[in-house]
Order: sequence, then structure tokens, then C-alpha cells
Amino acid sequence: MSGHSTYQPQSAFMKWMEARLPIAGLVYSSFIAYPTPRNLNYWWAFGGILALMLGSQIITGIVLAMHYTPHADMAFNSVEHIMRDVNYGWLLRYLHSNGASMFFIAVYIHMFRGMYYGSYKDPREVLWILGVIIYLLMMATGFLGYTLPWGQMSFWGATVITNFFTAIPVVGDTITTLLWGGYAVGNPTLNRFFSLHYLLPFVIAGVVVLHVWALHHVGQNNPVGIDPKGDKETVPFTPHATVKDGFMMVVFSILFAWFVFYLPNYLGHADNYIPANPAVTPTHIVPEWYYLPFYAILRAIPNKLLGVLALFGSILILAFLPWLDSSKVRSARYRPLYRQFFWIFAAVCLLLGWLGAKPAEGGYVIAARILTIYYFAHFLVILPLLGMFEKTKPLPNSISESVLSPSQAKVKV
Amino acid sequence: MTTMSSAGHSRRDFLYIATGAVGAVGAAAVAWPLISQMNPDASTIAAGAPIDVDLAPIAVGQAIKVFWRGKPIYINHRTKKEIDEARNVNVATLPDPQTDQARVKEGHDQWLVLIGICTHLGCIPIVHSGPYDGFFCPCHGSVYDTSGRIRSGPAPLNLALPPYQFVSDTKIKIG
Repeated sequence: MSGHSTYQPQSAFMKWMEARLPIAGLVYSSFIAYPTPRNLNYWWAFGGILALMLGSQIITGIVLAMHYTPHADMAFNSVEHIMRDVNYGWLLRYLHSNGASMFFIAVYIHMFRGMYYGSYKDPREVLWILGVIIYLLMMATGFLGYTLPWGQMSFWGATVITNFFTAIPVVGDTITTLLWGGYAVGNPTLNRFFSLHYLLPFVIAGVVVLHVWALHHVGQNNPVGIDPKGDKETVPFTPHATVKDGFMMVVFSILFAWFVFYLPNYLGHADNYIPANPAVTPTHIVPEWYYLPFYAILRAIPNKLLGVLALFGSILILAFLPWLDSSKVRSARYRPLYRQFFWIFAAVCLLLGWLGAKPAEGGYVIAARILTIYYFAHFLVILPLLGMFEKTKPLPNSISESVLSPSQAKVKV
Repeated sequence: MTTMSSAGHSRRDFLYIATGAVGAVGAAAVAWPLISQMNPDASTIAAGAPIDVDLAPIAVGQAIKVFWRGKPIYINHRTKKEIDEARNVNVATLPDPQTDQARVKEGHDQWLVLIGICTHLGCIPIVHSGPYDGFFCPCHGSVYDTSGRIRSGPAPLNLALPPYQFVSDTKIKIG
């Protein structure tokens, strides 16, 4: 795809501008003329949806920050002030809190799409790793944001997560004190968490630019996993992908609106409407739903340091996926055995999420341990073995051939 | 590409225009809350409700300052001399012509209630100072008389009057 844009400015002003800063040409070649595989299905719309959600979170967040006070004595009340006094404050707050959940729903679908169709394989390894980095930044941003209302879950979630660092031998306590800015989670912690929560979304935006650049340099994957063979197998991004993405954004927004207007607190935790009390830990402390699988993994390991390492390891292992899965075939459509293990893995993730919300007792602990072992086995044992031994289905010669019969599909390059 | 019938063309046009119109309404609906949230919120509006001020403790020749809606309000218990000097002037020669009678409540000529914000760039003028013993703004030298009217200096208008009522002879309600 690389090379100069085919944009031809018409007006004298645009010719002048293009000669000095060819931004119109960049937008044209990236999002208007950009050759998109013609067989993309609706699972490819979630990249655009994620961009929409990042924009939504940034805009609602900046506006909320006009009314929020990041001081331990005033934070909780400032959020209630937003809900009750600020014009449309209730709407902005619910858009932002439910927007975070929607952002994670979209990112998990986006990631599972990548895993199913082999979008992490050569030459898209860096694209995939940039995605893992974005995911980690999202988790950090979500954690920091959740502490800001300074409810019971905010405070104790902050305490638990920052206490992870005490697991580091030798320097753990020093690092944790540095993070807290005190001897425990308190006002200095809240203040700096607000600053970092405002900062990280813009870091995410920067990495997203790299992510889209990496994507456009190698071109998009497609459901068949075979590179498009020529212009006949691609369509210009606008209007085809633009309208398809736009349509999915509307459908996604309907789901978003359903939560915001009818179930605004369903995905949250009631205990966060209790002002933070450093003397009392809630009986059933849980993070937000999007962290639950990792929370289950953490609790499954009985050793403090190993539990923390397993938690971070379960996310970082994603970055090695291009090398763990050695199969030369990209798409799960042609990998019948891999497809079954993919769905088992998806079910394991959902079950781990369910277990994360349960108390750490009895059968739940045993189940979490078994599923944690399976989670790592999927990456470290199953994928490498599949790459070596799986008998894949024969690949079609081209995208067109996968849709039409071979004689109809003669592609003129 | 084969040419379409004109009915096909106009249907596409209709769809484009209809989509654009709905999109514009949607964009406005999205933009409005984002803009409206910057307007004063319910607690700020509630804090700006009218206030009662008791005039009894204010001696003749004394001025006090109260705050309403974040603005400083001078309440000046004028002496007879100050009232006479305010009225003994050709109104047409003033930069912002206004009679003293128009700036006080009928029957309460000794009570001058005005917003203590210089109409130039917003400093608080000092009471009982300047060549007229009225108000003098130290920032850029605007001079006001004992009725709060601009006499010289860069300020364009007389000191503004807040909305207020006498609820009794010794109490006013500002706002």
C-alpha cells in the first residue's frame, strides 16, 4: 500500500496546502481510496468502534473534569454534584462509566477476532504487539478512573492493586510508598491518579496512530487469511468500509444507549456509592467486570509473588502469540482443530470471569486453578503443538475463489 | 457504468439529503449537552438566590460591602451633602447621562446601592475617595461621583445597579 497518495487536489487553495503539508492526501489515501479486502465481515468493524469509544471517553472525560474535584475530602461529593447539579451531568457521568465497559466489550471482540482469523501472524506481529500495549494502557486507564469517585470499591481497589508492588522482593515496599505518596492510599494517591488518568488516553491515542500505521503498511487481514491478489479483490475504503463501520457504530451505540439510559448501574458495584472508609474493607471486594478473568487467575495461585506474576503473565503472554502459534495457515476457517480449541479458550475466559466474581472458597478455587492451568496451556502447549501437527483444510487460491467457483473466480491482476 | 433512470438518481439524492438532515439533528443533539454543561449548574444558581441586608447598623456617612452572585455590592448611607452634590449637576454634561433620582429608590434617597465593579476593566473602586468624594478606581484612574456616575477616566458607563427592593425602611432584598 505504501507510496504516494493518489489524491489530486482540485482547488488552488488545496494545491497550495498539499505542496506544504499533504494532510489531505494522507487522509485520502488512508481512509478514502485505501484498498480494503472485499470479503471483510462485520467482525472487522470493531476497530472503528474502538476509535469511536476512545473519542467518546476523551470528550466526556474532559467535560467531567471541569466539575470533578480530585481531593479525598471532596471527590465523592463532587461526583454527586455532577449527578445532581451540573446540567446533563448525570448523562455525562453515565456515558463515561458505561462507555468504559463498552470500550472493553469492543476490545475483547476485536482481540478474539484477531485470534480467530490469525491477524497476529506474519507480517502483522508488530501490529498485534501494539494492540497488546494499547490493551495494557486501557487497563491502567480504567483502573485509575475507577478510583476517582473515591467510593469503597475505588479506595479498596486502589489499595489492592497498589499492594501488588509489595510482592516485588527487596524494592517492593519502597516502590509502593513511591506510588502512594504516603504510608497508605490517601489524598496524594488520588491526586496523582487523576493526573495519570487524564494523561493515559492521549498516550493510547498515540499508540493507536502507530497501530493504524502498522496496519496500513501491511494491509488488512481478511476472513480467508489469504492476501488479496489485485484491485479486483479490494474495494475503496470509502464508501464501502466507511458505511459498514458507520452502520456497526450505530448498532453498537444502541447497545451503549440501552445501558446508559435503562441500566446505568448494572455493570457497576453498589458499594461504590458508599464513601471511601479506610477502616472497613467491603466483604465481597471485586474489580470491574473487565478485569474479572485476571482477578480469578491472581487468586487461584496461593503464592503472593507468583500470583501477581501469573496475573501480568496472563496478559503479556498475548504478545508472544505470533511465535507460539507456528501454523502457516492464518484463518481458523481452514483450521478445524484450532477452531475447536479457540472456542474452548473463549469459554475458559468467560468462566474465569464468572469465577472472578465468586468468593474465593471451596469448589470455586479448585475450578479457578484448573482453568488457570488450561489458560496458560492453551498458549504454551496447545498452540505450538497444533502448529506442528494440525491437518489444515486446503486453502483457496484467492479470495474470489473462496466465494465463487474456481472457474468464475479467475482473477485478472 | 450504465446510466440510471432519473428516478433512480433522485432517490439517491433524497437518501443522501435525508441522511444528512438526520445526521445534522443527531450532531446537534450530541453537541448540546456538552455545551450546556458549562452553564451555571443548579447549586451555583441556588447560591445566587436573593439576600436580605439589614440597613439599621449602617451609620450616616458609612458604606458597607456585601457579596451577591460573586459580585461586590456597595451600600452607602449618604449624607445630605453627598445627596445635594449628586443632584446639583447638569445631567447633559455627564459622560453617561443619568439623574441621581433614577439611581435610588423613591423615598430612600440616602441609600445608594450599586455594584462595586468599575465599568472599565473590572476592579473594585474605592468608596469615599477621588475629587468628588464618590468612588475612585485605582487601576486606571476612573472617577465616579457620589451617585456612582462616571465623571472622568477610561470607564464608559456609570456604576451598575443591582436589582433590589426595600422590604422595610431598614431592610433591603438584593436580587
